[in-house]
Amino acid sequence: MRVSMDIELKDIPGQLLLALRPVSELKGNLISVVHHHEKRTPRGTIPVQLVFEIKPDKLNDIVSRLEENGIGIARIDEKRFFEHGAVILIGHIVHTDIQDTIDTIDKTGYAEVVDLNLSMPKINMASSASLKIDAVSKEHLDSAITLLKEIAREKDLLVIEPIKIELGVN
Amino acid sequence: MKTISVSIIGFGAVGQGVAKVLVDKKEYLENLGLDFKVVAVADSRTAAIDENGVDLNAVLSRKQDEGVVGSEKLTGLEIIETIDHDVVVETTPTNIVTGGVGLQNMLAAFKHGRDVVTSNKGPLAMKYGELMEAASEGGSNFKYEATVGGAMPVLNLAKDVLAGNSITNVEGIFNGTCNYILTRMMEEHASYEQMLAEAQELGYAETDPTYDVEGIDTACKLVILANCVFGMNATHEDVTVSGITRITPEALLLAQNEGYVIKLIGEVNDSRINVAPKLVPIDHPLAVGGSLNVASVQTDLSGPITVTGRGAGSVETASAILSDMISIYRD
Ligand SMILES: NC(=O)c1ccc[n+]([C@@H]2O[C@H](COP(=O)([O-])OP(=O)(O)OC[C@H]3O[C@@H](n4cnc5c(N)ncnc54)[C@H](OP(=O)(O)O)[C@@H]3O)[C@@H](O)[C@H]2O)c1
Repeated sequence: MRVSMDIELKDIPGQLLLALRPVSELKGNLISVVHHHEKRTPRGTIPVQLVFEIKPDKLNDIVSRLEENGIGIARIDEKRFFEHGAVILIGHIVHTDIQDTIDTIDKTGYAEVVDLNLSMPKINMASSASLKIDAVSKEHLDSAITLLKEIAREKDLLVIEPIKIELGVN
Repeated sequence: MKTISVSIIGFGAVGQGVAKVLVDKKEYLENLGLDFKVVAVADSRTAAIDENGVDLNAVLSRKQDEGVVGSEKLTGLEIIETIDHDVVVETTPTNIVTGGVGLQNMLAAFKHGRDVVTSNKGPLAMKYGELMEAASEGGSNFKYEATVGGAMPVLNLAKDVLAGNSITNVEGIFNGTCNYILTRMMEEHASYEQMLAEAQELGYAETDPTYDVEGIDTACKLVILANCVFGMNATHEDVTVSGITRITPEALLLAQNEGYVIKLIGEVNDSRINVAPKLVPIDHPLAVGGSLNVASVQTDLSGPITVTGRGAGSVETASAILSDMISIYRD
C-alpha cells in the first residue's frame, strides 16, 4: 500500500538519513521526500513529508523504528486507491442482484465500489445506475471494469464506460 | 482548361447535391482549370444522356417535378459500360449485405479504366480488397472521402494531410442520427422512443432506423477507416457493435452528474474495431452536440488532431465528393 507521512526532524545533521533508513530496511519503496528546510514547526523542528509503498504488515514496524530514532510523526495517511472511475449501468440492475454485482468488484481486493446512484423510473422498466469505482492503479481499474462487463453480460446489463481520455487530449 | 467527362449514377440527396455544386462552382472550377462535363445521369428507372453535357438544372427540376431524371431507359451499369467518360460519381443506396448495385457499378467502372468517386459505403465495407485490386488493375483513381463523416474530412486528413505521421487510433462520433437522438434525450429528459420519433419527423432518422441506431452505419465507417488508414482487410463482421436503443434519460442524467455525456463512439486501432455508447467528459473535444460528427485522429508526431463537421446532408456530402474529384484532376 501507499503511505503518506508527515514527520518532524531535529535541526541537526544526519536526521533525514535516520528517517529514511527504516523504510529501505523494511523493503519499502520511497516515492517522494519533500523537505521543508526553510520552514520550522512551533517546536523548532523541520517538517518533512514522505510518500512510500510498503507491505501493510510492515507499517507498524516502520513507525516504531522511527520513534526509536527519535523522529516525531505528525500524521500518517494510508492511501490505497489512487484511480477513480465512473461507469453507468442500464438494465434490470436490482432484479439481477445488485449486491452480487458490487461484491464481485469488492472481492478483488484491488478495486471497490465506493458510490452507487440508482434511478428506477417504473416497475418493469430498465433502471439506470452510476457506479464509482476506486482502484489501486489504472491497470487495476481497467481490470475491474472488464470484470464488471463480464458480469453485466451474464445479467444482460449494458455497461457504459469512459473513453480513454489520454487518447483524446494531452 | 482540362475537360473531364462525368457520369452521376444515383440521383437522390447526394447525387442531386453533386449536380448542384457542379453548377454553383462552375466558375471556381474553371479558375482551377477544370471543366467537369456531366455526360450521363441515372436514377433507378431512367437516364439523361448527352455527350456534349447534360443540362444539370433541367435534370434537377425534372427530378423534382416528375421524379425521374430523363426519358432514356439505359441503366447506370449500361452507362458505365457503354458511354465513354472519365469518372463515375457513384451515389446509389448503401447495401451492406451484398454491396448492392454500387459494387457492380464500381467494378464495371474499373474494368473500363474509369475513375470512381463515391459516397456509397456498402461496397467498401464489404469488398475493400477486391475493389482496390480492380482499381489498380484498371489504372483507375478511387476516392471515397464522403463515405466516412460526410463533409468532415477524415480519410484524406489521415492519408494525405497527416502524411509522415503514423496513425495509432481513430475515435469519434460517426453517426449524426444517434448524436441527435442522444443530445435531445439529454436536453429534454425524454425517452429514446420519443426522440427517435422527433428525429424521424425532422428527417434526421429513417423510417427504419435500425441501420443507424444499432451502430451498423458507424461500424461500416470504421471498417473503411480500418482498411484505408490501418491497412487491414476487415469487413463489418469484424466489428463489435452495440447501439443506443437501451440508453435511458436517467442514465444520461446520472452521467451528467458525474461530468459526462453519453455518445455512440466508434474506435479503431491495430487491435480492435468497436462501436459502443461511452462516457465522454463534458469538456472533451469529442463531446459535440446536435447531429454533428467528430473524429479524433491520434498520431505519433502531432498528437491528437480533432475535426468536427456535418456528417450528412445533400450539399455537405457533395462537397466531399467534389473535393475528391478536384484532387484527382488538378495539375
Ligand atoms: N444522404 C447523406 O447525407 C449521405 C451522407 C453520406 C453518404 N451517403 C451515401 O450516399 C449514397 C446516396 O445517398 P442518398 O442519400 O443520396 O440516397 P437516396 O436519396 O436514397 O438516393 C439514392 C439514389 O440512387 C438511385 N438508385 C437506386 N438504385 C439504382 C440503380 N440500380 N441504378 C441507378 N440508380 C439507382 C435512386 O433512384 P430513384 O431516385 O429512382 O429512387 C436514388 O436516386 C448512399 O450510399 C448513402 O449511404 C449519404
